Amino acid sequence: MTAKTIIPVGPYHPLQEEPELFRLYCDGEMVTDIEWETGYNHRGIEKINESKTFEQIFFVVERICGICSTSHPFAYANAMEEIAHVTVPDRAKYIRSIVAELERVHSHLLWVGLAGHFIGYNTVFMWAWKYREPVLDLFEIITGNRNSYAMFKIGGVRRDIEEKNFTTILNILDRLKPKVEMLMKAVVDDPVIHLRTKGIGVLTRQDILDYCAVGPTARASGVDIDIRRDDPYAAYPLVDWKVIVQQEGDIFAKAVVRFLEIFESISIIEQCITKMQKGKPAEIETKVKDIPEGDGSGRSEAPRGEVFHYVRTDGSNSPVRHKIRAPSYVNVATFKKSCVGQTITDATLALAAVDPCYCCTERMAYVYDARSQKKVLDGAGLIRLSQERTRTLKNKM
Amino acid sequence: MFHFAGASCNNCDIEILDCLTPRYDVERFGMLLVGSVRHADVLLVTGSINKKCRTRLLEVYNQAPKPVVVVAVGACGCTGGIFAEGNTFAGPADKVIPVDLYIPGCPPKPEAMLAGIVKYINK
Repeated sequence: MTAKTIIPVGPYHPLQEEPELFRLYCDGEMVTDIEWETGYNHRGIEKINESKTFEQIFFVVERICGICSTSHPFAYANAMEEIAHVTVPDRAKYIRSIVAELERVHSHLLWVGLAGHFIGYNTVFMWAWKYREPVLDLFEIITGNRNSYAMFKIGGVRRDIEEKNFTTILNILDRLKPKVEMLMKAVVDDPVIHLRTKGIGVLTRQDILDYCAVGPTARASGVDIDIRRDDPYAAYPLVDWKVIVQQEGDIFAKAVVRFLEIFESISIIEQCITKMQKGKPAEIETKVKDIPEGDGSGRSEAPRGEVFHYVRTDGSNSPVRHKIRAPSYVNVATFKKSCVGQTITDATLALAAVDPCYCCTERMAYVYDARSQKKVLDGAGLIRLSQERTRTLKNKM
Repeated sequence: MFHFAGASCNNCDIEILDCLTPRYDVERFGMLLVGSVRHADVLLVTGSINKKCRTRLLEVYNQAPKPVVVVAVGACGCTGGIFAEGNTFAGPADKVIPVDLYIPGCPPKPEAMLAGIVKYINK
C-alpha cells in the first residue's frame, strides 16, 4: 500500500450517539482500509447475570440496548422456556409480538431519521422522529414506559392490554400509516438521496454469506433470512406476513427494506389485536415454579437481525452461564467490504447503514491460534503490543 | 450541549436526541447539541463509566471551556445503576468529574430532562 493518511472518527463524535472509534485509512479521498475499536461501552453484562436471579435478568438484558430492549428479553425468555418446558398462553404470545413489532417500527423510523441526518438531510431526521413519537405513546399505553418496557417474564407477560385500549391503539396506527407512506415516498423519490445512497456501500450476496450478516443488512442483499419465519416463536406463525427481500445490497435497498418492514409490522400488530379482540380475556402467563438443571438457547429477530441467547442452569435460581450474541456483532464486520473503496463522505453513511448498535456489540474476546490452541492476544498482551509500538514510534522520532 | 455517552444502553441517548425533535424541540429554548466539547457550555454524561471510558471522560471534561455545567442523565449516569456491580465499572460520573445536576430515571422522560434544566437555570 502507498503512503496513506489515517482519519480517526470517534470515539466521542457527532456522527453517532454511541462511543466507538473508526480509523479510516485513506489514499486521497478514497478509503483503502478500515479498523474499528470498541470497548468504551463494555459493562460485563454476562458476568453480572451470573449473580442475578432468573427474573432479575430480564431487567439487565433489557438494558443491553435501549433501542432493541424487547428482543433481548424475548430471546432470553425463549431460552428459559426451553429449559423449563413451558408453553406460553396464546394471549401472551400476541402481546409479546405486538411489543416486539412496535419496537421494530420505532427502531426503523429512528434509523431512517439518523441516516437522513448523516447525509445532512435534517428534514428527514425531524420528520421521522416526529412520526416516531406516536409509537412511543403506544408503548406508554401498553407497557407504561416509553423505553425499557419490562413486559416479559418466564412463561408469559407482566401486563395485559386492556380492552378499552384496543381501539386507541388501532386508531393511532391508522393515523401513523399515511404519514410513514408519505415519508417513504419523500425519501424513495428524492433525487439527492438517490445520488447519495444508490450503488454506495454495496454488499453482495456472497459478502453477506462470508460475514454471516443478519437482519435487514442481509435481506437487502437478497439473502432471505428471518428468524420469525425460520424458527417460529410467539405469535408469528399465527398471523399473515411476509419477509421483505431486496436484491441490490446498497444503502438505498437497506432503506427500502426497513420502510417496507414498518408496514409489515403494523399489519402484524393489527392482526394480533383483531385476534385478541375476538378471543375472550384469558391467562397471560403460565406459572413456573422451578427451573430445572439444563441448558437452552433462544433466538429472536431484533430490528437489526438475529439475537441469540444461551443459558445453562444447575437447578439453583441463577444461571451458571449466560451467553449473548447480538446482531450488530456480526453486522459491523461487513464494514471491511462496504466502506473500502468509497470516498470518506460515503463511508460514514455506509458505517451507519447496517444500523450498528455498539451497546449490543461490546464483547470481550480472546484470539486463539487455530493450530496450537494457544491464546494469542489477551488484555495484557494487547497492552504490551501497544507499548512496543509506541516505543518504536518514539525511537523513529 | 455536548453529549458524552459512557457505557450506556442507548436509552438516555435516544431520549436526549428526542428532546431535539419536533415534539419537545429544546432548540426554541436556546439548547443545541454541538459536535465538539470545545463549543459546549453543558456536558451531558449518560451511562455508567467503565475503565476504558473513564480517562476519556476526564479528557473531554478538561477540553471543555470553563465554566461548564455537567449534567448526569439517567440512573447509570447518577449512580452506575444496574451496571454498578459490573467488573469493568469505574465509578459513576461524579467520582470522575464534578457533577452539577442529576436527572434520575431509566430512562428519564424528555419532560424530566427539560424540568431538570429549567430548575437549574432558575437556581
